[in-house]
Amino acid sequence: MKLERGVFAPAAVDVDRLRADFPILAERVNGRPLVYLDNGATTQKPRVVIDALASYYEHDNANVHRGVHTLSRRATDAYDAARVTVQRFVNAASPDEIVFVRGTTEAINLVAFSHARPRLVPGDEIVVTAMEHHSNIVPWQLACEATGAKLVVIPIDDTGALRMDRAEELIGPRTRVVAVTHVSNALGSIVPVARIVELAHRHGAVVLVDGAQAVSHVAVDVQALGCDFYAFSGHKIFGPTGIGVLWGRAPLLAAMPPWQGGGDMIRTVAFEKTTYADPPFRFEAGTPDIAGAIGLAVALDYVAGIGLDAIAAHEEHLLAHATQRLLAIPGLTIVGTAVDKASIVSFTVDGIHPHDIGTVLDQEGVAIRAGHHCAMPVMKRFGISGTARASFALYNSRADVDALAAGIESARRLFA
Amino acid sequence: MSGDLRDLYQQLVFDHYKRPRNHHALDDATHHAEGHNPLCGDEVTVWLDVADGVVRNVGFEGGGCAIATASASLMTEAIKGRPVAEVQRIFDEFHRMVTGKENGAHGDLGKLEVLAGVREFPVRVKCATLAWHTLHAALERESKSVSTE
Repeated sequence: MKLERGVFAPAAVDVDRLRADFPILAERVNGRPLVYLDNGATTQKPRVVIDALASYYEHDNANVHRGVHTLSRRATDAYDAARVTVQRFVNAASPDEIVFVRGTTEAINLVAFSHARPRLVPGDEIVVTAMEHHSNIVPWQLACEATGAKLVVIPIDDTGALRMDRAEELIGPRTRVVAVTHVSNALGSIVPVARIVELAHRHGAVVLVDGAQAVSHVAVDVQALGCDFYAFSGHKIFGPTGIGVLWGRAPLLAAMPPWQGGGDMIRTVAFEKTTYADPPFRFEAGTPDIAGAIGLAVALDYVAGIGLDAIAAHEEHLLAHATQRLLAIPGLTIVGTAVDKASIVSFTVDGIHPHDIGTVLDQEGVAIRAGHHCAMPVMKRFGISGTARASFALYNSRADVDALAAGIESARRLFA
Repeated sequence: MSGDLRDLYQQLVFDHYKRPRNHHALDDATHHAEGHNPLCGDEVTVWLDVADGVVRNVGFEGGGCAIATASASLMTEAIKGRPVAEVQRIFDEFHRMVTGKENGAHGDLGKLEVLAGVREFPVRVKCATLAWHTLHAALERESKSVSTE
């Protein structure tokens, strides 16, 4: 991402000021100040996003693309403007390449259903990685079952990094789709997407990137990445739940049949023959999540206003601090130690199950995730049933990390 | 440390977590079933030797968190040597106790009452009941696996 001004490293974020933007961070949980470290599951919402949702319903609410009245025009303008905001945020070539969906899961299912299934024949291969979330595995398994195509898995090494040597062998002439995560939700590993794209395109395969865990941590430029589809969820980047984005290259979207029929996705309807709208509307049947799209755009503007370079620098410090604090705890093992890693720390503690760690931390107001993180193959790879996971966001502080470490020490004392 | 947390993790729970009783398969099992908790990926297998309507022997493999493992271990102690009808009654009483249904009122459950604190932690009820649902499935001779979902 380019620096807007100045020639020095991006300014550190002012965490205290940012924290004040998020009303929920003033909550007390079990009598303690909330320490929210479950950002990989969902992020909290800044006041501007909450206000935008309320303001839309209080002042502008109407259906889009349907009415001649003033409110409908306002709602339509805001919804269309949200699409442009998303376009700019991921540097898409056109707003028509932005399809609003419910979330990453729906985006991946849409591509599996409308792009992959009509093309796949027995013997074709879909390549995923061993660190995918279930939502980037199961839609492809369904496509394989329906078409006779085969699912191929690129393994990861002991640090949780993708085995690029194996990727070179496994992506080949039978590969039709390569579906990879940008950042692993369970391990934090960052996948070298541009190199995967190079391998895939050499063999004429398209690349879908699951950006659910990436968008709030790293600047995403879909044209620079070179991928063909990019999916992410609004709620993981400080926006509302129920809204997400599929970006796809215009020619690919144009060649895809609709996957749900209804209003807004048609050009003309007659009982003899219906013609379909162009993308993105072809894939947005029915009344969309208008408020969600508007809220998402406000969230993306909020993130852009802080700057992803500054956010990434802040989170890098948090990750380093967390890694140092946690590794000093006897019996604690960090699962996922890739060199290129986002601010996610998955860990186990000898003799204490992740669920018990989660319960003890919760009593101290510290919210983390415990379990398999919808990535059971990752857990199997490391020979464990689950981990405890702390995932950081722009509003987390060093004090949050220290509260986490203190909570883990409490659990160790309790289980001693 | 909060009182609720101390109520949840009592010494007897730790004792059964760290040294689970009857933590093995049975060679001569007449019934068995597997259970899993999709929330956390924990798995447990319960083995029973039932003859003349009595649970003569019981064992379990797997487990998970302190609550799930201690509950399974305590369960095996509570049901060994008991008639199946009584095991069913214990299952019902235990379920009432940990879910807090009917105000958690339940008959005398002996050592199992150490798990009563679970009802203050609704998300952990499934941990406490995993082995019990698996026991239930085994007794019904359902060879399929059960899930807490």
